[in-house]
Amino acid sequence: MSSPASSDPSGQVIGVDVGGTFTDLVMFDQVTKKVSLAKVPTTVENQAFGVLGAMEEANADLREIDLIVHGTTTTTNAVLERKLCKTGLITTAGFRDILELGRRTRPQPYGMSGEFTPIIPRNLRLEVDERTDAAGKIIKPLDEADVKKAAQKLLDAGCESLVIHFLHAYANPDHERRAAKIAEEIWPNSYINMGHALLSESREFERGVTVAINASVQPLLERYISRLVEELSHKGYGGDVLVMNGNGGMVSSALVAREAAKTVMSGPASGVIAAAFTGRKAGMENLITYDMGGTSTDVALIRNARPSVSNEIEIEYAMPIHVPMVDVRTVGAGGGSIASVNSAGLLEVGPHSAGAKPGPICYGSGGEQPTISDANLLLGRLDADKFRTAGSSDNFARVRDVFQEKLADPLTIDTMKAAAAVLQIANTKMAGAIRMVSISLGVDPRDFALFAFGGAGPLHATALARELGIPKVLVPARPGITNALGCIVADLRHDFVNTINMPLDLVDIDAVHALFDACVEEGERLISDENIEIIKLNHLFSVDMQFIGQTHLLRVELASSKPSAADLRQLFEEAYFNRFHVELNEIRANLVNINTSVIGERSQLDLSTLIDPAERKATVEQARSDTRKVYFDDGWHRTPVYWRDHLPANFSLEGPAIIEQMDTTTLIEPGDQATCDDDGNIIISIAKITGPVAEAVSGAPT
Amino acid sequence: MSGKNNKSSVDLDPITLSVIQAGLQQVCDEMDLSFSRAAFSPVIAEANDRSDGIYSAEDGSLIAQGAGGLPVFVGTMQYSTRSLIERIRNGDTPAPMPDDIYIVNDPYLGGTHLMDVRFARPFYRNGEIFCWLSNTGHWPDTGGSVPGGFSASATSVEQEGLRLPPVRLFKQGKLDEEIYAIICSNIRVADQRIGDVKAQAAALMVGEKRLNEILDRYGDDTVSEAIVELRRRAAIQMRSCISQIADGTYHSLAYVDSDGVVNEPLEIRLAITKTADRLRFDFFGSSPPCKGPMNSVLATTLSSVYLAMRHIFPQVPISAGAFEPLEIIRPEGTFLDARYPRPVSGCAAEVSQRIAEAVFAALVVPLPDLVTAAPAGTSGNFALGGYDPDRSRDFVMYQLSGGGYGGNADHDGLTNGCSTIGISKAPPVEIMEQAFPVLYHRYALREGSGGAGKQRGGFGLDYELELRRGNATASFVMDHGRFGPQGALGGRDGQPNTVVISQSGKTCIPEHLSKEQDIPLKPGDRVRVQTPGGGGYGDPLTRDPQRVLEDVLLDRYTVEQALNLFAVVIDQKSMRVDDQETADKRAD
Repeated sequence: MSSPASSDPSGQVIGVDVGGTFTDLVMFDQVTKKVSLAKVPTTVENQAFGVLGAMEEANADLREIDLIVHGTTTTTNAVLERKLCKTGLITTAGFRDILELGRRTRPQPYGMSGEFTPIIPRNLRLEVDERTDAAGKIIKPLDEADVKKAAQKLLDAGCESLVIHFLHAYANPDHERRAAKIAEEIWPNSYINMGHALLSESREFERGVTVAINASVQPLLERYISRLVEELSHKGYGGDVLVMNGNGGMVSSALVAREAAKTVMSGPASGVIAAAFTGRKAGMENLITYDMGGTSTDVALIRNARPSVSNEIEIEYAMPIHVPMVDVRTVGAGGGSIASVNSAGLLEVGPHSAGAKPGPICYGSGGEQPTISDANLLLGRLDADKFRTAGSSDNFARVRDVFQEKLADPLTIDTMKAAAAVLQIANTKMAGAIRMVSISLGVDPRDFALFAFGGAGPLHATALARELGIPKVLVPARPGITNALGCIVADLRHDFVNTINMPLDLVDIDAVHALFDACVEEGERLISDENIEIIKLNHLFSVDMQFIGQTHLLRVELASSKPSAADLRQLFEEAYFNRFHVELNEIRANLVNINTSVIGERSQLDLSTLIDPAERKATVEQARSDTRKVYFDDGWHRTPVYWRDHLPANFSLEGPAIIEQMDTTTLIEPGDQATCDDDGNIIISIAKITGPVAEAVSGAPT
Repeated sequence: MSGKNNKSSVDLDPITLSVIQAGLQQVCDEMDLSFSRAAFSPVIAEANDRSDGIYSAEDGSLIAQGAGGLPVFVGTMQYSTRSLIERIRNGDTPAPMPDDIYIVNDPYLGGTHLMDVRFARPFYRNGEIFCWLSNTGHWPDTGGSVPGGFSASATSVEQEGLRLPPVRLFKQGKLDEEIYAIICSNIRVADQRIGDVKAQAAALMVGEKRLNEILDRYGDDTVSEAIVELRRRAAIQMRSCISQIADGTYHSLAYVDSDGVVNEPLEIRLAITKTADRLRFDFFGSSPPCKGPMNSVLATTLSSVYLAMRHIFPQVPISAGAFEPLEIIRPEGTFLDARYPRPVSGCAAEVSQRIAEAVFAALVVPLPDLVTAAPAGTSGNFALGGYDPDRSRDFVMYQLSGGGYGGNADHDGLTNGCSTIGISKAPPVEIMEQAFPVLYHRYALREGSGGAGKQRGGFGLDYELELRRGNATASFVMDHGRFGPQGALGGRDGQPNTVVISQSGKTCIPEHLSKEQDIPLKPGDRVRVQTPGGGGYGDPLTRDPQRVLEDVLLDRYTVEQALNLFAVVIDQKSMRVDDQETADKRAD
C-alpha cells in the first residue's frame, strides 16, 4: 500500500469545490471527527479568493491541514465562455478545418439556424506536409522545415499553447512525436500537446477537439493552481493540493495541467462521487443522482456504488471531450425555468430560464417571469418569510400577481392551481428526461433509489420518485455541499481503454488477460506515485461489445480479469437481452474495448458528524420550527416545518412535512415515511408508486 | 396569445392535457431510442434514419411522433398507416390479430423510397384496436440494380428494389419465416437484417408497454378525449403561427438539377397563399413526372412541406392537428405526385429538400425573422463500390456530406451543416480510411462558397479522395450542381455543388453535374466534391466591413471577393478596411 501523505495522518482534510454561485468547503478532522462547513460566494475572476475565503470562514489553520482536495470550474468556464489561451494547431496538409467542420450536424433537429465557434480559429490552424495511413504506414514523410516554420509563425502570432494533430497518429505517433521535438526547440514553454498522447483513438474531430481543449486551458489551469498552492503555502500549508478530475478521481497539482481537459466537468463528477460514497455507506448502492440547481438539473447513474463513466461526453454542441468522465447528463429545467401559456392554450415550463440573474421573481432581483421556484413559494413549499428581505416589498404578493396574470387568467384557473400545475408539468418533464437517461444507459429507474441534492433537488424528489415509480429517496445530510464532500471522499483512480475491435471468436483471450494485467500494473504504479494514503486497491474490469455489424456498444462488467471467450459471449448475450429483450443467436459478437480501472480507496470518512450532534433536540416535536399551509396534489395541508439540525438522531416521521436547513428544503408528501440513518441521511419511502393525475382543476377553459 | 378563445368540446383541464401530451411524446421518444440502440444498420443506429409514432385507429392520422426521428418522416407514416387501414377495410390486406406486425415499403402506399421499411402494429385495448404504433427504418439495402438502392438512372421502381405490400411479417408475435426468407433472398447483406427486424419490432413492443401504462393511469376515455383535444389545440397553435404572415400569395421556384436520366432541370413552382389563418400550397406548373428517379410520391411531398414548416415553427408539436391549417393541393400531373411504376429513389434525400427550399424561399419574405436563406439542401450521396484485393472482398462505401446553411436574421449560416431532412453525423475520415481502400487528400472548408449577404451563407465542404487499390465504380446522387442555394432578401446564392473525377490524370465533370452512376475508377484515380455554400441573407453591401475583413483574415474569402461581393476595400499591406474607399464603393 502507498505511504501516507504526511508524517502526521491524524490531521485534517479539506474538500473545497467552486461552483457557479458558491464556493463550498468541508473540513474534516480525522481524530475528533469534527466537521466544519463553509459557503462563500464564488469569486469569478480568480477562484482562489473564494477558496481562501472559505478556509477563513471555516477557521482552518492551514498548518494543521493534511490534505486539500479541490474541485474547480476554471477550465469549464474557460471552454464554455471561450476565454481560452491563444492556441495554435499544426496539422496534416488538407485537414486544417477538421475542428471547424465537425461531423456535419446542427444544434437542434428543427430550425435551420445556429452558430458554432471552433476552439482554435482558422488563422491559427496551419498545415504541414506529412501523411500516415490507417494502418500506421507512413506514406508521405514529415516536412520538418514546414513544422519549424509553422511553429515559428504561431509563436509570432502570440500563441501560448501548441497542438500537433495528425491523421492516424493513434495508429503511428512517429510524426507527431518528431514534430513535437522540432517545436520544442523554439517553443518557450511545455504546452506542446500531441493529439495521440491524450487520446489514442481514431476519429479525428473528437480527438482533435479533446486535445485542443486540453491545450487551450492548460496554461490557465497551471497558473491558477500554482498561484493557489503558493497562497496556501504562505499561510502555512505544507501538503499537496489534489485537483478533481471528471472521472471522479483526483490528481496532484504538479501534474494536473498536463491533462487539463480531464478537469472539465469535474464539479458535477464530485457530486456523483459523494453520492456513491454516501449510498454505499447507507447500503443503497444503486442510485440515480438528481442535482437540481437554479438553471439546470444534472442526472447520473450509480450501479453497485460505482458511477457510470463515459468516454464520449459532449460538453456543449459539437464540443466532445473523449476521455473517461463520470457520465453526468444535464436534463434541462432548474428552479429558474420559466412557465408560460402557449398559443394552443397549454401550459409549458421551460425551455427558457430566468437563470441566476434576474432569477425567479421571489429573489427580488428584477425577475418578472413566473418560475418553478416561484411556484414552490406560492404553494408554501419554500418559506415566504425568507424571501421577505429588507428593502423589497412583499414578494409573495408580486409572485401571486404575476402567476394570476400570466398563467391563471389565460388558463382560467385559480392562481394556486396554476402554481401546482407548473410543478406538475415540470416534474412530468423531468421524470421523462430521467427515464430517457436511464433507458439509454440500459436500466429501469424503478430498480434505483433517487439521491437528491443541490439547492432544489430535495424539494422535487418525492414527486419525481412517485412519477418514476422509484420506491425510495435518499437526501444526504448536507445536500448543498455534496460536491465539496465528493472532494474529500474521492478515490484515486486511473482508467485505461484498449481497443481490440475483433470478432470474439478470433480474439486471443490470453492477450486480453495480459492487457488487463499490464493496465493493473501501470495503474498501481501511478497510484503509488501519488503518495496518498489508501486503505485498499480495487480493480474494475469491463469490456465493450456489440454484435458484428452494429455500431453501438454495450458495456459488460466482469468479475475477474481472466474471463474465457465463452464467458464473454454469455455475459454479453445476457446483458443484451436484459437491455433490449432481443435474442440474436444468429449473429456473432465483436469485442471492441477492454477497460480497466485501478482505484485506490481512501480511508473511510465518518459522515455521522456532518450534522453537529450537539444541536440535536430530544424529540421530533422539539425540532419543529413552524407550521404552515402547504399545497399538495390533494389540496392544502397544515404542514409541520422542522429544522434539520434540531431533529433527533434516527428520527422517523410521516408526511406531510417540510425539513429546512441552511442549504436546502426537503419536502415530504402526505403518506410518505421519512427516517434518518446513522449518517444523517433522510430516507423517504414513497407511499404510493403511481397515482392518478391531480384531480381536474377548475374545469375547462372558456 | 392566450388560450382564452379556446372553446373546449370536452371537460378536460389544460393541465391533464399537458401531462398526457408529455406522456405520449415520451412513448414515442422511448421507441426511437430503443430502435436506434438495438439496430444494426449504421443508417439507423448512427444516423437515426428512423422514426416512431402513434397513429389513430380510424384513419391513421398522426397522434404523436418521436422528437428525434428523421425530419423527412414527419408526415409520412400517417399516410402509410392510413393506406393500411383502408386496405384492411377493403379486404386487400388481411385483418390483424393481436401481436401482428405488418411490414410495408411500397412508396405509393404512403412512403418514401423502398429502403424506408415501415412496421405497423395494432395496439389493442379491451379487444379493440385503440390506435396503431408504427415505425420506419432505413435498411441498408432492399435489392435493386445498385447496392444501397440509390440508383441515379433507374427508370422504373422494379429496378430500385424489392417492393413489399403490407404483409404480416409477425403473426401473433411470431416471425413468419417464409416471408422473411423471401425478403432475405432479394436483398444484399441479408445476414445482419434479422438484427434490424428484431430491433424494429422490439421498439414497437416498448411503445405498447408504455402506452398501456399511460392508459391504465389516466383512463382510456380521458386519453381518447385528450388526443382529440390536443389535435384541436395543435391546429390552433399552428394557426396562431400562420397569423403572423401577411395575407397574400408568395411565389417561389426551386430546381432539381436533372432526373439523372434526362439532363434537364426539373422545376418546383410553388405558390403559398395566406388567407385568415390558413396556408394553401399550390405546386401548379411544376415539371411533369420524370423518367429518372427524381420523382416524389405524394406522402413525401406532403411530408416535405410539413418538415419545412416545422423548421420554421419548431415549437408546434408534430401532430395531425398542426397539419390541418396547411392545405396542400395534390400536385397531380407533376413529378411531385409520382404513381406506379415511376422510379422514386431520389425523393426522400433530394427532392424533399428542394420542396423545403421552395417553402423557405416563399416564406422568407413575409417571415424574415424566422426563415433562413436556402441551405445547401443536398444529402451529398457519393457511393463507391468495388473490390478490395488486400482484404479479398467487395465493399460499398458511402460518403454523405454537409454544406453551408443560409444566412438569417440572427446569424451567418452554419458551415457544413447536415441536410435539411436529416440529423445524422458524417463519418470521420479516419474511419472511412480504416474501412475502405481510399485515401483522402483533403477534407476542408470550401473557401468562398458562402453566398454573400448582410448575413452570409455558411461554407460548404471540399473533399478529395483517391482509390488506393483494386477497382471500383463511383455513383453520385447529389443536387444543386446547376444553381447554388438561393439567397434571400437581396442576398446572393451560395456556390453550387461540383464533382470532378480524375481518371488516369485526366479530369472530367459528370454530364448531369450532381448525378452519375457507375463511373469506373482505377488505383490513383481521384474524386473531388465541393458541396454548396448556403444562400446569403440581405444585401451584401450592408454587411459590416469589419466582419468581411474577419472572413478575409480567416481565408474564407479573398481580398478580391471582399471587393466584388461585398464592396469592401481592404488594403493588402496593412490588411485593414479602407473605410473611405469602401464607403465610396458602396455608394456607387
